Amino acid sequence: MTTALEKTTAAKDRLVPGTPLLEVRDLHVEFKTRDGVAKAVNGVNYSVAAGETLAVLGESGSGKSVTAQTIMGILDMPPGRVTAGEILFRGQDMLKMSNEQRRKIRGRKIAMIFQDALSSLNPVLSVGYQLGEMFRVHEGASRKEAKAKAIELMDRVRIPAAAQRVNDFPHQFSGGMRQRIMIAMALALEPDLIIADEPTTALDVTVQAQVMDLLAELQAEYHMGLILITHDLGVVADVADKIAVMYAGRIVETAPVHELYARPAHPYTKGLLRSIPRLDQKGEELYAIKGLPPNLYKVPAGCAFNPRCDVATDLCRTEIPALHQVTDRDGAELAGRKSACHLWKETLHG
Amino acid sequence: MPDLIEKNAPAQAVASAEPKPEKPRSLGLDAWHDLRKRPVFIISAALIVLLIAFAIAPSLFTSVDPRAGDLRLHYLTKPNYLHFFQADWFGYDGQGRSIYARMIYGARASVVVGICVTAGVTVLGGLAGMIAGYYGGWVDTIISRVTDMFFGIPLLLGALVVLNAFTTRTVWSVVFALVALGWTQMTRVMRGSVITVKQADYVTAARALGAGTARIMFKHILPNAIAPVIVVATIALGGYIATEATLSFLGIGLQDPTISWGIDINSAQKVIRTAPFALFFPAGMLSVTVLAFIMLGDAVRDALDPKLR
Repeated sequence: MTTALEKTTAAKDRLVPGTPLLEVRDLHVEFKTRDGVAKAVNGVNYSVAAGETLAVLGESGSGKSVTAQTIMGILDMPPGRVTAGEILFRGQDMLKMSNEQRRKIRGRKIAMIFQDALSSLNPVLSVGYQLGEMFRVHEGASRKEAKAKAIELMDRVRIPAAAQRVNDFPHQFSGGMRQRIMIAMALALEPDLIIADEPTTALDVTVQAQVMDLLAELQAEYHMGLILITHDLGVVADVADKIAVMYAGRIVETAPVHELYARPAHPYTKGLLRSIPRLDQKGEELYAIKGLPPNLYKVPAGCAFNPRCDVATDLCRTEIPALHQVTDRDGAELAGRKSACHLWKETLHG
Repeated sequence: MPDLIEKNAPAQAVASAEPKPEKPRSLGLDAWHDLRKRPVFIISAALIVLLIAFAIAPSLFTSVDPRAGDLRLHYLTKPNYLHFFQADWFGYDGQGRSIYARMIYGARASVVVGICVTAGVTVLGGLAGMIAGYYGGWVDTIISRVTDMFFGIPLLLGALVVLNAFTTRTVWSVVFALVALGWTQMTRVMRGSVITVKQADYVTAARALGAGTARIMFKHILPNAIAPVIVVATIALGGYIATEATLSFLGIGLQDPTISWGIDINSAQKVIRTAPFALFFPAGMLSVTVLAFIMLGDAVRDALDPKLR
């Protein structure tokens, strides 16, 4: 494993310092359906560096998964369509690459972990075959080599008795074990970046923690970038370095993880944090953000969050807020903190 | 209390630590285990094995030449039902040929036509259905409309027209005609099946991990989509055998000197009052064969379709 580690470290060294591993710039994605055009992603910007974890937070329909699928190149097109933007991987725009070039990046450079491991593993193929497939597709390994590597990978994600279980089928594993297999598949070729789309949603709470710990540990070991897509604020707190909160296909706030929890600079983030059940609020009614997530066929004018916002003004109903750099009371810039709210000052300091 | 924690915390460690008694099973293996216990499967499989033995090595079952006609012996010479496996066991036909020997030798044409037509329609129709279902869009539209056009042609009528174009008709011309007209059924089944499987998460996952189109189609989609096609194919096999016999009966299928139950049924119908046995044995054999394949198809469907368990 040392050689593998050296290899990845060497690859990272080639990267110009300061250039992020992956950068999404002003990405727009829409879906043409019978009911009209759904604008799923409306100008998303985010970046991940090697060894960094970015958590993308948002409720269903906020565009977080669509962004990830666009990065992976597995968006169904049609009906999906990228209307604008760039996805720079190591400085190269992936949206301009040929299908074959992108296929070579998928799995090898950027891998993905899916939400539901049972439905994401082929029921008729053994897990050993599916793990080994990575080596056969990308490295032309023989059946025997692939199987040996599969056992090694299962060991790495701590599946007990890997050598005996390599020929088992997905349905013979428990949920947590299946998600470990998904992680092993994503890790197989030591990619530079892993996108985990709600990796623990389908698991129960104790197993969730184990799987997250494993993922974080392996990420640190291989010095990979990680994009963690989730709607669960609890999952990200310990693992993420920074958080991007999405609403209606836009980033509404980005911040280093602990600062976001301590002092949100957007009313939506504030609402999300207030709606987490807490032990010290026993007996009180739990706060909920009023209203419904926006209809993507008809995103509200101005700030998309204004109909649900407690502090919305007339400006919020007419003008889309830019992603402002957030400053502290003295006007000094807070590193990595941005908020797309006209009233971010009041929200943060008020 | 510590006891409780002990039990709950390493839940998955406990689950995986205990050795699994069952061996890993694929869908195919699972179906096989299920099939082995079904009497319907055992009976039909035994019949089919016997039939295939007839087709491969008919001389093991009779030493009589099925084409040697001795005009001193004909259907007025009553069969001797106690002469087991002898030339006159089931009597003679109008030209003095042993009905028993012809019954055995007739299996070859039926089995060859049945298996080859089924293989042909499955490969051809399956491929067309796979392409239509996987690519969708205009590719699907074109394949589906062509399928509809072929589907509109009655199999028997179409085969009559196609076979009429051949001056000498062998087993292969019949196979050709039936494949050319029968593939549409498989295309429809396969297309529907592929469309369902295509949307599965594991197909997206395979794509996300960098698998190419061919690998996704044949390694990930095909094994999951093939079950209904196998079922339809097994049941259809009996139908193709019956169609061959029908065509031969009508005089448009196989011709002498090829031995076919259909030809024998045709020649026996003229003497049905004087020698009913001449009709009974080839016709009975045909019915049993068709029944055996349909029973097999039923058993396979029950084994492959988890919803019917």
